[in-house]
Amino acid sequence: MTKNIMIVGVGGQGTLLASRILGNTVINEGYDVKVSEVHGMSQRGGSVVTYVKYGEKVYSPIVDRGEADVILAFELLEAYRALPYLKKGGKIIINNQQIDPMPVITGAAQYPENIAEKISDMCDTTVVDALALAKDAGNIKAVNVVLIGVMAKSTDIPYEKWIETIKTTVPEKFLDVNLKAFELGYNI
Amino acid sequence: MKKLLLGNAAVARGAYEAGVNVVASYPGTPSTEITEEIVKFEEIYAEWSPNEKVAGEVAIGASIAGGRAMSCMKHVGLNVMADPVFTVSYTGVNGGLVFCVADDPGMHSSQNEQDSRHYAKASKIMMLEPADSNECKEFTRMAFDLSEKFDTPAFIRLSTRVSHSQSLVELGERADVPVKAYEKNPAKYVMMPGNAIKRHVDVEKRIADLIEFAETTELNTVEENGSKIGIITAGIAYAYAKEALGDSADFLKLGMVYPLPEKKIMEFAKKHDKVFVIEELDPVIESHCKALGVEVCGKECFTLLGEYTPTMIKKAVLGEEAPEVLSADEAIPVRPPVMCAGCPHRGTFYVLKKLGLVVSGDIGCYTLGATPPLQSVDTTICMGASVSAAHGMAKAQGAEFNKKLVSVIGDSTFMHSGITGLVDIVYNKGNNTVIILDNSITGMTGHQENPTTGRTIRGEATKQVDLIALCKAVGIDRVTVCDPFDIKKFEEVVKEEVNADEPSVIIAQRPCALLKTVKYSGTCKITDKCKNCKMCMKLGCPAITLKDGKVVIDATQCNGCGLCINVCPFGAIEKEEK
Repeated sequence: MTKNIMIVGVGGQGTLLASRILGNTVINEGYDVKVSEVHGMSQRGGSVVTYVKYGEKVYSPIVDRGEADVILAFELLEAYRALPYLKKGGKIIINNQQIDPMPVITGAAQYPENIAEKISDMCDTTVVDALALAKDAGNIKAVNVVLIGVMAKSTDIPYEKWIETIKTTVPEKFLDVNLKAFELGYNI
Repeated sequence: MKKLLLGNAAVARGAYEAGVNVVASYPGTPSTEITEEIVKFEEIYAEWSPNEKVAGEVAIGASIAGGRAMSCMKHVGLNVMADPVFTVSYTGVNGGLVFCVADDPGMHSSQNEQDSRHYAKASKIMMLEPADSNECKEFTRMAFDLSEKFDTPAFIRLSTRVSHSQSLVELGERADVPVKAYEKNPAKYVMMPGNAIKRHVDVEKRIADLIEFAETTELNTVEENGSKIGIITAGIAYAYAKEALGDSADFLKLGMVYPLPEKKIMEFAKKHDKVFVIEELDPVIESHCKALGVEVCGKECFTLLGEYTPTMIKKAVLGEEAPEVLSADEAIPVRPPVMCAGCPHRGTFYVLKKLGLVVSGDIGCYTLGATPPLQSVDTTICMGASVSAAHGMAKAQGAEFNKKLVSVIGDSTFMHSGITGLVDIVYNKGNNTVIILDNSITGMTGHQENPTTGRTIRGEATKQVDLIALCKAVGIDRVTVCDPFDIKKFEEVVKEEVNADEPSVIIAQRPCALLKTVKYSGTCKITDKCKNCKMCMKLGCPAITLKDGKVVIDATQCNGCGLCINVCPFGAIEKEEK
């Protein structure tokens, strides 16, 4: 059975690194893996969606509506937008951060209120203040690794395997911060 | 050994294993990472050329000289390169020659969604289309051999989801392919009519041979599952179809999309009650089937637009409805891409909007100057068109129109194909103002060097094109360099240049905020002097937003560039050092 993970956020939040850590961890577990990335214009502060799929044999690199086992959302509005992709009984992990999109900034649209509560009413939801945890770890940019930590806990892949991948994926300069960030997310 | 590789990295790996010697490209999403990955192999000569035509010609020259060569581009880049492509089809090759073209169905980062397979047919050049990273590697490796075997260039066609998906690749060793001897052979390489007439005969013979090859090659595979439904497909569409249908259909997967087999398709169709052709974008395989008299369901069942999904295929082939899904019961604001916090283009567009100018735009990050709230850009067509189209606008509207018209074009795009437009303005007595947005890098595709940066693809120092001297050399006497963050000065310069009685160039110089060498410090903060006039919000900075009706700066988004400080009329924004 293929496991479908969808990572959503805002361009610049580090979703790409998160999907790479995830992809490289599951590959070491002997699964077939597909990781779909986003490059180019859509990266520039727009909605960014990446997919990680693993199982015995994976064909399509994308996750369709109603098919995601887990959605890892780096931002509230993006979590809300991704909701139709969640499988019945799937789990959504949400970073409790609001980043206003340009239509909200210009006043052309309104940022919906109480998104986390509304989503919690509909499905299995974990809300995390990843920004605060990243600050505790020593760098606000480690939000992505905090969230990977939260998600890692809900998989059956052992803790050490994640640590191994982080050690090989993250530049050495930032390794300590990222290991701490992972730990804080994992033990939430 | 198996490794998780991006499709683009796998193409690079395939070229490496095929013993490629020379790779020349111009960056373009979704093809850029191929050449960036090539650079990691020290054995290969790699370069960013000024544009795709130059890149393609460098590869062609390398092939004629006896080396294996490759050029990689996005779909619209192939338009730029098309001229040599149609003729190198006639000359054929010496060393294996591969053109790798990446289409962008769904237009994730493009101005159109043209289907490059038409080029293969039009130029009579074989085309392979992989469906995942392992095929990317294998097909690219094979393409070099086939190129030499059939004396033809070979296309590899990718699409965004193949280029930008990682999947497992079985790695091999680099083949030892020595550079062949160069031999003068004008009958083959000098394409004047007398020679080309003869070569055209060879081209037609080659296509006939390749059709025979298509009937038997392992690139085109039949997968039988005992179904009465037959699927003819290729590339990423195969991945979607296989995911959607699994063993409930039989598949004819075409790894070579030009030329297409005939007997193989007819035999496959005969065995099935209903045959679907599943291909994104244009009905290329479908038209071929129908010309053979094979009854298939193609675009009657599927769209010509955008990307496909397994759900869409399940519905069309099996009649299965999409699952019910959760959704918000209120409107969710869209989140379009925006210029980054600290983007140097923001200053430029703020001024252009303030002056109410018509802006002839181009391809790059600064295309985002068309989006609210700056909404400054009037047109975006293709690389270089900002300059030449503005010349046309002024010729149609009359000389006075120049006083409210500017072109904006990035440094890399100017080198790509802006210069010729500028030459046209000078030569044909135009009076335009061209603003070169010099941010010291090729931005949108993720920071590639170009002739104006002074560094090669490998980061080595090289001679830097002097934009001022270049503009002056083509006959522009009025060239001004100005920092677009110095809003007041920049506004004065633009006003003066559009009103001048001769053509002019303004070089808006400030490096991309994402460059490692750019070090803004601290964050900006609104103080109690703020009168809530919202002037700073006109910048469209993603860090400046409203909270309970008050302007605030989001410290997690702000990089301290300070542009907002320059536009605030009350001095109410201050820099707070961290």
